[in-house]
Amino acid sequence: MNKCTERIFNGLIKENPTFVLMLGMCPTLAVTTSAINGIGMGLSTTAVLIMSNMLISMLRKIIPDSVRMPAFIVVVASFVTIVDFLLEGFVPSLYDSLGLYIPLIVVNCIILGRAESYASKNPVLPSIFDGVGMGLGFTVGLTCIGIVRELIGAGQIFGMDIPPIRIASISLEYEPVAIFVQAPGAFLVLACLVAAQNKVKIRLAKKGKKVPKTSGCADGCASCSSRGICGGHPAGYVPDNKTDDKKEQEEA
Amino acid sequence: MNEKYNVSSSPHIRDRIKSSNIMLLVLIALLPATLFGIWNFRHENAWILVVVTTAAAVLSEFIYEKLMHKPITINDLSAAVTGLLLALNLPPTLPWWMGVLGAVFAIVVVKQLFGGLGQNFMNPALAARCFLLISFTGQMTYFVYDGVTGPTPLAQLKAGEAVNTMDMLFGNIRGTIGETSVIAIMIGAMFLILMGVIDLRIPGSYIVSFVVFIVLFGGHGFDPQYITAHLCGGGLMLGAWFMATDYVTSPITSSGKIVYGICMGLLTGLFRLFGGSAEGVSYAIIISNLLVPLIEKVTLPRPFGFGKGGEK
Repeated sequence: MNKCTERIFNGLIKENPTFVLMLGMCPTLAVTTSAINGIGMGLSTTAVLIMSNMLISMLRKIIPDSVRMPAFIVVVASFVTIVDFLLEGFVPSLYDSLGLYIPLIVVNCIILGRAESYASKNPVLPSIFDGVGMGLGFTVGLTCIGIVRELIGAGQIFGMDIPPIRIASISLEYEPVAIFVQAPGAFLVLACLVAAQNKVKIRLAKKGKKVPKTSGCADGCASCSSRGICGGHPAGYVPDNKTDDKKEQEEA
Repeated sequence: MNEKYNVSSSPHIRDRIKSSNIMLLVLIALLPATLFGIWNFRHENAWILVVVTTAAAVLSEFIYEKLMHKPITINDLSAAVTGLLLALNLPPTLPWWMGVLGAVFAIVVVKQLFGGLGQNFMNPALAARCFLLISFTGQMTYFVYDGVTGPTPLAQLKAGEAVNTMDMLFGNIRGTIGETSVIAIMIGAMFLILMGVIDLRIPGSYIVSFVVFIVLFGGHGFDPQYITAHLCGGGLMLGAWFMATDYVTSPITSSGKIVYGICMGLLTGLFRLFGGSAEGVSYAIIISNLLVPLIEKVTLPRPFGFGKGGEK
């Protein structure tokens, strides 16, 4: 597997931003009231992500380390503004339903996260494919949540009503459970999808098949954005609480 | 002699009472309200909804625990109490499958996913009622009495119309299955108080603070007729005596119980007088349920010999 396809696989499955990294939760929960909104949000983010990853990777040797954050924000914000105007001009209906969440792509942590942890340290081509992979992963995540919420909460699939089931003279019509297109439904659906995904992974692991590791330590700690949290321990490291407790007792 | 001086950790006083005993007493106390509701809404066949919802709650607990290979706990009757309370909180005309959906939500999502009895962070029956209220607003606010559709007395009160307080006391009014008859609810509540199952502090402070709020902000001053109508209308009585006093989701400290009751009273008054809908008891109780850990933290009793904040 070469570097580019590896990046796409990484973004879609291994480090899926929605289901594994749990990044960008704000748009994930807010705009996924229908599948088409999920796709729209996902693709807009993908477009911004690809362009900003490309530009930041090009400029990575020029941007001084001490001001990299403002520089990244400027790059991301310009692309978001372009996407904002394009959506308003060409797909006004989608623009209306996504509303405020389009300008908020600027502060989407997936975009800044990829800029910081990947694009600013790697050549241009892998960075572009990293953007493609992460963006598609985000799109797939949002679309899955959107489909489930729209199906249960509004009784529709991509805006089309489910036809009522007719058995002889009885016509069974689906009664939408409206809570699923409101805020609480987003949390319920996201939790269920993450649980289902973890269940599949655990089952695969028990069968002894190769499972994509959830931790992003493949590139080593130097390029990892969360090294401050894990403290440089290998993947799957669990701090030994017992010994810590014993030490504290001894000290006391 | 030796046994007397055995040193062991608390609890030191033991009783034979178990969760299932308490739950059985609560079920018995709910009987008057349930039977009256079934009789009151006999034209709407309310008994079907009550039976189906209660059975669904018990069954979903059994199936969940069977699937997850956990010990089966339906014998402690807590699932039956949850199912019955949920049924009493539903309008009699609700389709039976919505009751089943609510019961499954109450048991599986609110109770079992958080760890079963004793671990749920809010009252499962009320959480399920709010789930249904948000999901099926039309059916959940559709009230019929004797074949006539119309608003509940509480909604009439909010609209400024006159209501018959006597009917509200006896329960010959529109409403959910179990909330209409204040007398039937009070019979059950008296039984629970006499058996020592519930503590007067929670319902007492709840009702008193609610009355104070109504007097201050209701716009009618101290009008006994208006206050009685507010007390007898909606789910206030059922909520105060049977839902707010749930052991799992109410504070255990004495002063905490009063704080919790006042919190519910103020929220209920706020929702009823200034909210969009006429009723607000269920939201007031589940919001106060969320505050319980905080209330307990603040009202933790100070051991003898310790200064403020529990320091020596």
